[in-house]
Amino acid sequence: MTLRVLGDTGAAEDVLQEVFLQLWRNPGAFDSSRGNLGAWLAVIARNRAIDGLRKRRPETDIADVAVSVEPDMAGDAERARAMEKVRGALGTMPAAQRSALEMAYFEGLTHIEIAAKTGEPLGTIKTRIRTGLLALRKTFVA
Amino acid sequence: MSVHEQFAEDLALYALGGLLGDERVALEKHLAECSACRRELEELRGDMALMALSAAGPAPPRRARQRLMDAIVREPRAATVRTGRASWAPLPWLATAALALVAGWFWRQNDQLAQRVARLENESAGQQAQLQRAREVVETLTATDAMRVTLVAAKTPPQPQGKAIYVRDRSSLIFLASNLPALPRQKAYELWLIPTSGAPIPAGVFKPDAQGSATVINPHLPAGVEAKTFAITVEPEQGSLVPTMPIVMVGAGG
Repeated sequence: MTLRVLGDTGAAEDVLQEVFLQLWRNPGAFDSSRGNLGAWLAVIARNRAIDGLRKRRPETDIADVAVSVEPDMAGDAERARAMEKVRGALGTMPAAQRSALEMAYFEGLTHIEIAAKTGEPLGTIKTRIRTGLLALRKTFVA
Repeated sequence: MSVHEQFAEDLALYALGGLLGDERVALEKHLAECSACRRELEELRGDMALMALSAAGPAPPRRARQRLMDAIVREPRAATVRTGRASWAPLPWLATAALALVAGWFWRQNDQLAQRVARLENESAGQQAQLQRAREVVETLTATDAMRVTLVAAKTPPQPQGKAIYVRDRSSLIFLASNLPALPRQKAYELWLIPTSGAPIPAGVFKPDAQGSATVINPHLPAGVEAKTFAITVEPEQGSLVPTMPIVMVGAGG
């Protein structure tokens, strides 16, 4: 078990390092038109981690990824507030929706895999994933 | 708008990397020519960045940062920095957010391990219960204050009796005796396993209690011996390696 944790810990660090180094080698990959740098990096790191988890080659060039996000999270206080809101939104989500969203986001499962796992119709899962993401966004619309 | 509606759900799946095959190709084709959908994709990625916040946990390991700094020192930056292109102002937040994301992964791992521990604890509790039941059976069999009753045909005078239960593959033997005659001091009964071939094997020395009852539980036996007969002799208290005639009780396996 310990070995497994260390293995995964190492893998997570590798992903992070790879993303930072890519940016370091090629700072042009990101510019302010791609959105908030932190948000952009979070998305890239998540995608790379999932690629690693699923043992597939990175599918998109990092330079092609643009991110648009409402809250400004440059400061600690703003970020803490945003974090609280996101957790609140997840907390009030119906359990099935939250679970579909988390499986897609954290485990990198496709909607087909999630439907197979939960035994629910494909359309339901698709809707849950999208509505789940939109619910997070809505939290920040005044 | 109906076209965009049609792609709305696919866009979310695409952002998460879950859209494959033809659907993916079709969507990418549409994205190339539809700025509204491209904007929606950016927004969905923004939502994914928000989702990362939900996983932010305790501070990431210090060595992760050190490792990165070491790697950067070794890494000459190939491209020249074009001023005005990249905005490095939010660098501290960048580092914090990304490290927080990684910390989130650790937290999730931790959570999964905690669930696994709970499952193992559960299994372990089940095994404990089984063990407890087994222990109770053995304690009943071996209790000094147990009442031992042998039922025989009516009007038969009490007969010395022994029951041997032997499982060869486990080399496990349980022997229960009743109505055994008392023995002189410094003498004891000895149980023998007589194999289908070879010499009798000592299978435990015992003395009956005041009621003439005795038990032998799992004496030390060689592995996997095929038993033909069990027999009892009277031996010195410390037991013998070879039976002393006569055999006082005997029984063959069915």
